[in-house]
Amino acid sequence: MESVAWDTDVSRILAELESLRDTKSVIEQRILALEAQLREINLRNEVSNCDSCSPTSVLDSNSPNGLSRDAIYRYSRQLLLPSFGVEGQANLLKSSILVVGAGGLGSPALLYLAASGVGRLGIVDHDLVELSNMHRQVIHTESYIGQPKVKSAAAACLKINSTVQIVEHKEALRASNALQILNQYDIIIDATDNAPSRYMISDSCVVLGKPLVSGAALGLEGQLTVYNYKGGPCYRCLFPTPPPTTACQRCADSGVLGVVPGVIGCLQALEAIKIASAVGESLSGRMLLFDALSARIRIVKIRGRSLQCEVCGENSTFTQQHFREFDYEKFTQTPLTVPPLKLNLLPVESRISSNQYSEIISKKEPHVLVDVRPSHHFKIVSLPKSLSIPLSTLEARLPEISSAIRKEEDDVEVASGSSVQLYVVCRRGNDSQLAVQYLQKMGFASAKDIIGGLESWSKDVDPNFATY
Amino acid sequence: MEGHAKKQDESLVKLKVLFFARARDITGLSEFPLEISLGSTTNDCLKKLLIKFPGLEEIRECIALALNEEYATDSSIVKDRDELAIIPPISGG
Ligand SMILES: [Zn+2]
Repeated sequence: MESVAWDTDVSRILAELESLRDTKSVIEQRILALEAQLREINLRNEVSNCDSCSPTSVLDSNSPNGLSRDAIYRYSRQLLLPSFGVEGQANLLKSSILVVGAGGLGSPALLYLAASGVGRLGIVDHDLVELSNMHRQVIHTESYIGQPKVKSAAAACLKINSTVQIVEHKEALRASNALQILNQYDIIIDATDNAPSRYMISDSCVVLGKPLVSGAALGLEGQLTVYNYKGGPCYRCLFPTPPPTTACQRCADSGVLGVVPGVIGCLQALEAIKIASAVGESLSGRMLLFDALSARIRIVKIRGRSLQCEVCGENSTFTQQHFREFDYEKFTQTPLTVPPLKLNLLPVESRISSNQYSEIISKKEPHVLVDVRPSHHFKIVSLPKSLSIPLSTLEARLPEISSAIRKEEDDVEVASGSSVQLYVVCRRGNDSQLAVQYLQKMGFASAKDIIGGLESWSKDVDPNFATY
Repeated sequence: MEGHAKKQDESLVKLKVLFFARARDITGLSEFPLEISLGSTTNDCLKKLLIKFPGLEEIRECIALALNEEYATDSSIVKDRDELAIIPPISGG
């Protein structure tokens, strides 16, 4: 009886939480809309030289240096820097910067750009906030899980600095909309996570004549460069041929230590601020390589603009029209928005669903389950009694599979007519197919894989089974 | 015996190859000592590395090279104790 009461309590609380969250989201949206309206009105008032200066206005035409009283106090520590000063701050306040991607790189970049007083800050992202983002995408908070990243990022920026104009572009950047979006800004920050976006953003910066601050991070390494600035090279000058798809790794597959994109994202904000305020020496023509594990930062000179570059070179005929028609996904053989790769290598009879495997367990059918994920994945979570043999070691470890099958034959009294079955599982059901193809070739004729891997186990059989 | 070894040394240059990003994954190394004959180019170094690490073929067409942190082309001549960085682009973020 007690447990029933407890269950009702929990579901009542959950229901109320959900309804409160809905209300909160409606209120927040209304606040953002009203704030935007207010900024619009203030901007118009400023233009018409209205005497009644609003508290949110930053640039004050009556003040000798153009900065309002509030702005002077807010940015005082930057104004006190002789090499930055009033001039640098005023330049920054008049500038507009677009950050493409509100993820691991974009999060710190946006926070610092908003805090330091960029005039207008644009954010492009089509994605929603997820729990697995939180360790590195520090601009988002748990309460925004499931909501658009642009919305979450815009709200966080405004909380730090309500005087910055934030523009939300809740869409994926594509060849069809990139020029129109990028053209509204002075400086572009590439904080995306895939090869086609990197080529697309670089090309549109060349076509529009905009400087590009490009950062990337994966695992424990980061890279940073400024492209297409003051006669410097573009991304294609450096990498005219896109990397093969196998070399294109994503954080979702290879992992990344949260602070690594954090470091690169901060440096991207710094380079963008330097360009916007016209101070210092930019990283154009050089590349910063960050190696977190060995605590090393190297800065290497990279090639200058290539006369042969297909996009920015001497004889380039790459126009806005070419750009719009260019197929970046085909060029890099990688989709712009990344749906998980789904191989289909095996005939239906060589595959079982996770539900079927669940029945096999409950019926205690004799079998061996081989998990072909890398061993560090196996350590995160695994199915009971599964045998860890990473795909890369499968060839050498076939005898282990044979002996596991023999052991199962001895342990369980195998009914006549049936035999010990061999099943293979991985994270998403791609590597398991490759493994089954190989195992069948090597004489394990009855090997089958579990469709959709552990992800489908968690989705269709056991919701408490951890995903990553 | 010692004299013989020394003679060989003079016709060889020793450099330190630095692997980054995907090159590091493929080779399993962040550094590799490479011996190559005097007068060799960075391209010769790459050819020799490809024999030692055939997996590098995957990124052969998509790397930036830096010799002692300066820009290098395929035909730059390497010297003794040079540092050759193999830099494939990272796409993640
Ligand atoms: Zn170029």
